[in-house]
Amino acid sequence: MPSGELPPLSAAVIELIGSDRQGRAGSPEDIERAWSVLADVMDPEVPVINVVDLGIVRDVRWSAGHLQVIVTPTYSGCPATEFIETLIEEALTTAGFHQPVLKQQLDPAWTTDWITAAGRENLRAYGVAPPVGSANKLSLLATASEIACPQCGSVHTERVSEFGSTACKALYRCLDCLEPFDYFKCI
Amino acid sequence: MNQYDDLSEYLLRLGDSAVVQGQRLCEWCGRAPALEEEMALMNVGLDLFGQARNWLEFTAERLDDGRSADQLAFCRDERAYRNLLLVEQPNGDFAVTMLKQFFYDAWHYHVLTALKASSDKRVATIAAKALKEVTYHLRRSSDWVQRLGDGTEESHDRMVKALDVVWRFTVELMAGDEVENRLAAAGVIAAPELIAEQWLATVSQVLEQATLTVPPAAPSFYLSGREGMHTECLGVLLAEMQSLQRAYPDAVW
Repeated sequence: MPSGELPPLSAAVIELIGSDRQGRAGSPEDIERAWSVLADVMDPEVPVINVVDLGIVRDVRWSAGHLQVIVTPTYSGCPATEFIETLIEEALTTAGFHQPVLKQQLDPAWTTDWITAAGRENLRAYGVAPPVGSANKLSLLATASEIACPQCGSVHTERVSEFGSTACKALYRCLDCLEPFDYFKCI
Repeated sequence: MNQYDDLSEYLLRLGDSAVVQGQRLCEWCGRAPALEEEMALMNVGLDLFGQARNWLEFTAERLDDGRSADQLAFCRDERAYRNLLLVEQPNGDFAVTMLKQFFYDAWHYHVLTALKASSDKRVATIAAKALKEVTYHLRRSSDWVQRLGDGTEESHDRMVKALDVVWRFTVELMAGDEVENRLAAAGVIAAPELIAEQWLATVSQVLEQATLTVPPAAPSFYLSGREGMHTECLGVLLAEMQSLQRAYPDAVW
């Protein structure tokens, strides 16, 4: 939308959206800035990975004068989904975006294949083994081949439980350094 | 649009079974045999509640009678529930719980696999999401059935007893009705016979590995869950699950 066609904004609105946004609604720079704001929103359950690296932000675009963020949930019943949406909304509002709109999209279903390389490295450094292999190639009863211990790097590990402290993790133990650790399940 | 048609009816069946199975699993909270198992049981329950929400939200939109997904779950009586009789049965011991879970997971897995190719886009989308989770559920429950069946004398005996208690409710997993036949003909769901065949193959394989014998087909009178005719267990389960909404209507978290 050319800036000249924008209706005049009230003082309150100008204050809300921040002076830098005045008259620049829908610019590509804003989309870029929104993505960088999102890169600072961390997953509340795994606070070393941001929502972009986690692969749950599907799109950021302008719609009817509002920034629209398309988010896909990790697990159907993940209790953090709504909380993450609130965090995203708050971060964008604080950064000057006026009433950002969040939309959930189920299709295509989220997969751990979308976790970025940086995200995987952050998980590992935090002590959570990142997902191994590609979700597409997992057969029904196959177990992931080698899960490396995030502490000592040994692949001499065993599964303690198919589920860990959150829906997205399983519990493992390293047989060399004996440390228990979370494994981010490959789905 | 108020569409109380075959699809809405079928969505209720999927959603209600997930709600009831999830509620049963959560009864283990604070009582599971080991901490890891407790987390697993709760996580599976959580997945099922999430899936139920997806199905019931879709149902609520189609029914368009002012009821939300939450109201469908918390304000319907026993006779309006469309879940499988299998999932409403009491947890019993860990053997009964895992065997029920396994029978349900195997059915759920094949049903969702077929629904991924549903002619209804929204159904296919929800199923694709749920299937990823249910694949994990099935892997875990298959594993437990094998470990317990092919474990100690005590665990094997308990699995034999569990099979005796639970098997009769599986006939419902293998039989379609008019609603399902019509939906299958329209390409919305798989033919009930196909699901029956796949379910029995999966179950036979795992039971065999668990050194358990597949019993003969159960009598066909345990078929009434989808008509709202339940065993006495469901009323008690719903009374507990719905107590807050019944006492404080429209209360929100």
